[in-house]
Amino acid sequence: MNTMTIPAEESRESSARLKRELKIADAKKRAMALMLIAPLAIFLFLIFVVPIGALLTRAIENPEVANALPHTGAALAKWDRKAPPSDEAYAALAQDLTAISDGESMGALARRLNTEIPGYRSLVAKTARAMPLTGDDGKALPAAQIKAKILEIDERWNDPAYWQAIAKNAGRYSPFYMLASLDHKQDGFGNIVHAEPDQSIYLNVFGRTFVIGVGVTLFALLLGYPLAYWISTLPERRANLVMVLVLIPFWTSVLVRVAAWIVLLQSEGLVNTALLGSGLIGSPLALLFNRVGVYISMTHILLPFMILPLYSVMKSVPPTYQRAAVSLGSHPFAAFWRVYVPQTYPGIGAGVLLVFILAIGYYITPALLGGPNDQMVSYYIAYFTNVTINWGMACALGALLLAATLLLYVVYGRFTRANVSLG
Amino acid sequence: MKKFALCSMAAALACVSAASGAAEITVVNFGGANGDAQKVAFNQPFEQSTKNKVTAVEYNGEQAKVKAMVEAKHVNWDVVEVESGDLGRGCDEGLYEKLDWSKIGKKSDLVPESPQTCGVGFFVWSTALAYNGDKLKTAPAGWADFWDTKKFPGKRGMRKGARYNLEFALMADGVAPKDVYKVLGTKAGADRAFKKLDELKPSIQWWEAGAQPPQFLVAGDVVMSTAYNGRIDAARKEGKNLKVVWNGSIYDLDYWAIPKGSPNKDVAQQFIAYSVSQKPQEVYAKNIAYGPVNKAAISALDTKTKADMPNSPENAKNAVLQDMAFWTDHGDELEQRFTAWASK
Repeated sequence: MNTMTIPAEESRESSARLKRELKIADAKKRAMALMLIAPLAIFLFLIFVVPIGALLTRAIENPEVANALPHTGAALAKWDRKAPPSDEAYAALAQDLTAISDGESMGALARRLNTEIPGYRSLVAKTARAMPLTGDDGKALPAAQIKAKILEIDERWNDPAYWQAIAKNAGRYSPFYMLASLDHKQDGFGNIVHAEPDQSIYLNVFGRTFVIGVGVTLFALLLGYPLAYWISTLPERRANLVMVLVLIPFWTSVLVRVAAWIVLLQSEGLVNTALLGSGLIGSPLALLFNRVGVYISMTHILLPFMILPLYSVMKSVPPTYQRAAVSLGSHPFAAFWRVYVPQTYPGIGAGVLLVFILAIGYYITPALLGGPNDQMVSYYIAYFTNVTINWGMACALGALLLAATLLLYVVYGRFTRANVSLG
Repeated sequence: MKKFALCSMAAALACVSAASGAAEITVVNFGGANGDAQKVAFNQPFEQSTKNKVTAVEYNGEQAKVKAMVEAKHVNWDVVEVESGDLGRGCDEGLYEKLDWSKIGKKSDLVPESPQTCGVGFFVWSTALAYNGDKLKTAPAGWADFWDTKKFPGKRGMRKGARYNLEFALMADGVAPKDVYKVLGTKAGADRAFKKLDELKPSIQWWEAGAQPPQFLVAGDVVMSTAYNGRIDAARKEGKNLKVVWNGSIYDLDYWAIPKGSPNKDVAQQFIAYSVSQKPQEVYAKNIAYGPVNKAAISALDTKTKADMPNSPENAKNAVLQDMAFWTDHGDELEQRFTAWASK
């Protein structure tokens, strides 16, 4: 037995050693691979993930009130938000406003509170200008007297609504912008309620964005599929030539193509003149500054993103399967529909996903060719970023758009077996 | 140590020379035809009479730039042209210096809207009804005619935004110009303005850039449009027969302001004082159709120039001053409501 076990143990030992060595070699390889991709990973992380993440946090940041009115926020923490607040809250407000009355945090505070109640901006500015509140002898006043003086400056300070606005924004983070992007808001007690109907925009805008995205994707598929199929059946040289015709508009600036569509579609443009001249219509069609113009130009601009993935998949589908189906007695259309089309599903999937994701982020084309009810989410993101400098709102809308896109991508991945990726 | 002393001596010398009058100031404006008129009327004569050097810089009204300078405490703009809304906010937020009026002049020499805590209004501009004299046989008289699509069939150009349009709608609905902001400040008044806009909605073609209304009018896309009076005047100088209806127009001022921490505050105030004095104001008004703020300059203008001024007694008779306090308080709410209304 003993003589038998020694070699066995020896072999066990050697195999363990071998495993260890293998593991080390493997780890070395993996470390090597990691080191090779490290520059790209670090680059992407610093240039892409960190800035976008930092911007997205602005969607829930709410520092203005917390920075400017720390004492007031603390004094209101235990308030029931119904009766007018205590005298101490008035004293804290006077103390806070005195501290900020000459700095820029006052402007930020006034701007933020004005989004809660119109007119709050001038109320804050007016009250801050009257600071500091001191007695005739220059000494600090008791709280009750400060309250009387503040009410003397403006009696709106007697209305709990103005205090509720401070109390609910006392925290550094708030769902305010995210809720506003979904046409909701918090009432004075912190409950989530619908925004007034005449202030509701964004649910509509999100709905419209997806309708336009789906429409453009469908049109691009209907136009792109036959073209890609035709190109894939051509001999190489002619296929390359047609491909160049697809790619030249693809490489042309989007702005140039949009401007060209304006020239073509306007009421005295080429399309309308031709239709009028041929007697098909009696008066010019409205093709510009409405949904029709947006669909036409967006489909045109996004068509290459549908054709290219379709073509690359179709080229790899051998024509023999379809021929075999026909030779076994299938109708040519049935052979195409049941044998050929399923083999192009990966191409359809990639093209649809690519066109749809690009379409829902479109900004410049609807802005130039659409009317006020054709603007998509990106238009409002640009508006809040550049025009009103309300970055909280811009980031909240952007975060929702990103979330919707990622969600669609995941759902799509679940539903399709084919391993389709954007690459 | 020696080096340091030399440096500080050089700095001291620079200070002395600045104080003795050969300073260089940077004046920031919106450029274009307006910038050219300012150069002829203000910058060049000021340089000649005071030996200070004036460098003109253009911007697009971005208050973010001023804010960045003031916060970094590295201010190299000395005088900035700002719109009325930005002046009020900038003053509240501490972006602009409070002015020393003893160095600028008598407030009573200027129109009442001009003197402010942080700024001096230096010209008056207007948003008014404009039409193409070649295409309309009868001239529209005011906003009621603008809304009357039976009498004047065709599209109307309007700025895509709540500002101006709500005021014009109320005037078309019979509100007297002086009561417009009082009515608009109430919920019922805002409802009334939007209801009136509903009537015209199918005939409206929206514009966003000030250059668009004259283009629309000349091309015949619209029969009437709201427009900035300076743009209409520029098109007239190119020979187009565009006309302005001053009845019910809304006027406003652009202001000079000094960013907080400007090293040349004294010379900057001197420049501002010079630009609102009588002579430069007259020269300016002759170069561009914007109204002077100096009362003596207004009365000294000839009748032909006066006919194009937003604030000549004749044109200002039925005009409204844009209420900036109203718009800073209610702007967010009304613009959002307008966006919701426009996209329905």
